[in-house]
Amino acid sequence: MDTFASLREIQEKLQSGAVTCVQVVTSYLDRIEKHTHLNAFLEVYHQEALQKAQQIDQKISDGTAGRLAGLVVGLKDMLCYQDHSLQAGSKILSGFESQFTGTAVERLLHQDAIIIGRQNCDEFGMGSSNENSAFGATLNGIDTKRVPGGSSGGSAVAVQMDMCHISLGTDTGGSVRQPAAFTGIIGLKPTYSRISRHGLVAYASSFDSIGIFSKSLEDNALILEIIAGQDEYDSTVSRSAVPEFSSIKALKKCKIGYIRESVETEGVQPEIREKTMEQLELLQQSGHQVTAVDFPLIEYVLPTYYLLTTAEASSNLARYDGVKYGYRSQHQESLDGFYKNTRSEGFGNEVQKRIMLGTFVLSASYYDAYYTKAQKVRRLIKDKTREFFDSFDFLVMPTTPTTAFELNKYADDPLEMYWSDLFTTPASVSGNPAISIPNGFDKNGLPIGFQIIADDFNEQGLYALSREILKGREN
Amino acid sequence: MEINRETLLKIAHLARLNFSDESEDEMLQGLNDMINWVEKLHEVDTEGVDPLTNMSQEVNSWREDEVKSDISREQALKNAPKKDEEFFKVPKVLK
Repeated sequence: MDTFASLREIQEKLQSGAVTCVQVVTSYLDRIEKHTHLNAFLEVYHQEALQKAQQIDQKISDGTAGRLAGLVVGLKDMLCYQDHSLQAGSKILSGFESQFTGTAVERLLHQDAIIIGRQNCDEFGMGSSNENSAFGATLNGIDTKRVPGGSSGGSAVAVQMDMCHISLGTDTGGSVRQPAAFTGIIGLKPTYSRISRHGLVAYASSFDSIGIFSKSLEDNALILEIIAGQDEYDSTVSRSAVPEFSSIKALKKCKIGYIRESVETEGVQPEIREKTMEQLELLQQSGHQVTAVDFPLIEYVLPTYYLLTTAEASSNLARYDGVKYGYRSQHQESLDGFYKNTRSEGFGNEVQKRIMLGTFVLSASYYDAYYTKAQKVRRLIKDKTREFFDSFDFLVMPTTPTTAFELNKYADDPLEMYWSDLFTTPASVSGNPAISIPNGFDKNGLPIGFQIIADDFNEQGLYALSREILKGREN
Repeated sequence: MEINRETLLKIAHLARLNFSDESEDEMLQGLNDMINWVEKLHEVDTEGVDPLTNMSQEVNSWREDEVKSDISREQALKNAPKKDEEFFKVPKVLK
């Protein structure tokens, strides 16, 4: 069966009887089978998805189907789905089965979406290449010698290769936008607190956000509309009304700023620089005001990000103690030793390193010098960002400094890999909504991403500008 | 700031982690690299800046305090590596 460009196309075909939901699900299952070597899925809910499809076919003929009937969804291994395994890409959660379904997933199910499986990722979302998974790396579908990005690499590849129609990932510092750029699809990280975090495995709670992967912009907006908003299980989630994202508004002429450093920095691959400048010219030609701006704090964003996220992670990951769930060491000479052995055997290297850094910066002697300091710099970055949006509608830049890199490239130099998040961490540190959309290819045929950041809660703006850009590219 | 082996072991204890001799060297190196890297923040003047401690704009988001049960004991114990009918089990604490 051919692939579908949009949910609307699927639903039209379901309504007309051209296809059944069972056939739609089967086509995704076939492609999952065909691309097993990419290691995108950790588990596929084969029988269950087909059964659900049958029920939905019945609902369609009864006229009682939900808004997402025919939609096949994959979940990053960070999102709880009742009675299904969940491991956050880690050995330490071996054998864990979720006792509840998280809010975002629940809302998808309520509208008759079908969950087809859980997807590979960097352990606890900590990584930019999907190589830090206890289940091995996920490979990029466009070039299997290269990484798909991370941490939501499996979720990105699943959409890239049409193994599901959309994926829910999580984005703490770029984990949806960066893999979307590396695989040539759309990836949204909404405003911090736009979507309930209930049922999202915590990494760094003041950054964590559920994000949406899709090929169709309209589908992305529809999913956000359905999963966003108030939830009694998350006291930090925004209670502001959720706009009708799915009716994407026309865009007025607007003011767009781009950070000079983001195209001029030497570390930016030449083709990415060219494609970004081309896009900026196109925007100018279509009547928008495009201005280069300086954002001197940008060089402090990554250190701020790593200080605060590791601190929060060291606290969040304290719960993995081998008592209530997951992996438990066989070496149990004392209670302390039992905790230590369990955690050292269960967590991977990168996770242990981040827990150590986080514990260090939160320890009594160093708390003010590191942790509080980073919170202060975060305030400065947030204020500067807010100031920027007083005079501009959008901030744009490449999503990543380079296209997808080769597997093992940074095995000996993990700090060097952190730079691949240079352009995605700003919106994570400030909490602003951001989207990555495809922006052509480099000379090796690898996808390039273009990132748009908007003021808090202006996802509508992101979708409007994205649509204009994507339409422009079709013509 | 450079942390030494003694500090490393202290932090490892706080984090309830332990390392083999070999991985201890690696961890010390990795950790010091990261600390050097984040020290860049000390260049920023933050005199008089309040730390940003809460990213959500919601304040006092209460729900009704109702007595209800979300999860049964059986469900809560479902994933325990070791348990009996009512409790999680851990190695003997009192000798």
